[in-house]
Amino acid sequence: MVNDLGTLLDLFVTFARLALSAIGGMQVILPEVYREVVEVHGWMGAADLADLVALAQASPGPNGLFVGLIGLRVAGLPGFCVAVVALALPPAMLAFGVSRVRRRLAEARWLRAAQAGLVPMVVGLGLASGVVSARAADDTLAKLGLTVVVALVVWRTRWNPLWLLAVGALVGLAGL
Amino acid sequence: MRQRAGPPNWSGATALATIAAVPDNDDAPAVVPTRGELFLTFVRIGVSGFGGVGPWARRIIVEERGWLDDRQYAELLGLCSVLPGPNVGNVSVMIGDRFYGLPGSVLAFTGLMSGPLFIMLGLGLLYARLGGVPSIDGAIGGVAAAAAGLFIGTALKMAERLRLTLSALAILGCAFVAIGLLRWPLLLVVAALAPVGIALAWRSRW
Repeated sequence: MVNDLGTLLDLFVTFARLALSAIGGMQVILPEVYREVVEVHGWMGAADLADLVALAQASPGPNGLFVGLIGLRVAGLPGFCVAVVALALPPAMLAFGVSRVRRRLAEARWLRAAQAGLVPMVVGLGLASGVVSARAADDTLAKLGLTVVVALVVWRTRWNPLWLLAVGALVGLAGL
Repeated sequence: MRQRAGPPNWSGATALATIAAVPDNDDAPAVVPTRGELFLTFVRIGVSGFGGVGPWARRIIVEERGWLDDRQYAELLGLCSVLPGPNVGNVSVMIGDRFYGLPGSVLAFTGLMSGPLFIMLGLGLLYARLGGVPSIDGAIGGVAAAAAGLFIGTALKMAERLRLTLSALAILGCAFVAIGLLRWPLLLVVAALAPVGIALAWRSRW
């Protein structure tokens, strides 16, 4: 395990840069994470990285946090902390700055137009990411049915969908 | 321009709480959480988010807590989607700032991240110990199928409740087709559609 300041600095710079280029969500930068981690820095092989991504999918929370697992693998607990801080902090600071500008200029017509104008796009993007995930995940009829049922339940009712995720886990475990 | 209740007052939660709730007014939240509620609610959003936190954030913030209405939430999410970083992370920073300034942002953001981080750290250490991923691929695949439905259903619900105009629906459709069906690069699609949406919003309030 390489665990010196140089490696930690490398981790920080790499993931801070990736985080700040992740416009639209963390899944966008996955290919770039692969390139940096496997090809540029040689921190691990492609199969190991795929394992870590799979491991992260078993955990709840924002997708980008899997870089913590990369840091953990490369430099232990300090690596975990550095990778997570690099990923989370720069975008959060930027968001805080934008939040302040937003509050100060709440009356400005251009800001109101900018905010309202992004609404239909972001709803369309949410729909798209659902369909993209469904096309990847629904490899059986049972899973396709599950996707449709969950979509209808979430759309038409106020029921808590958490138990439907549990049903999903059971469907997957049963190999349906 | 929307109707406004009065000058924005961000001096404190008590001042905020006395402002009557006006639908669509960004400065007058109907419900003001305590600092503890702010933190714990984002903890819950974080640990509920198997397969993505976005749908859970909207459900809990809008439907359960009533901190923002549909349009306020959609506008915040829209803004956060053109900023870098995890979208819901950015949402948490802005909602925290809205209620309690910088301390609020820190509370909401650390709440969102802390649960998943501990779980992930545990899984990572377990993985290092075992030297491999236990075969839970099946369960992950099933949860992913359900989570896809969660995203689709949430988008349909938002589209319905926002009562979008025809031109807004056209932009929604373009974003969906470009990303969901044609798989065009996200950055390109955002760069093309954001200016169109903003120009339309500038001309006619929807």
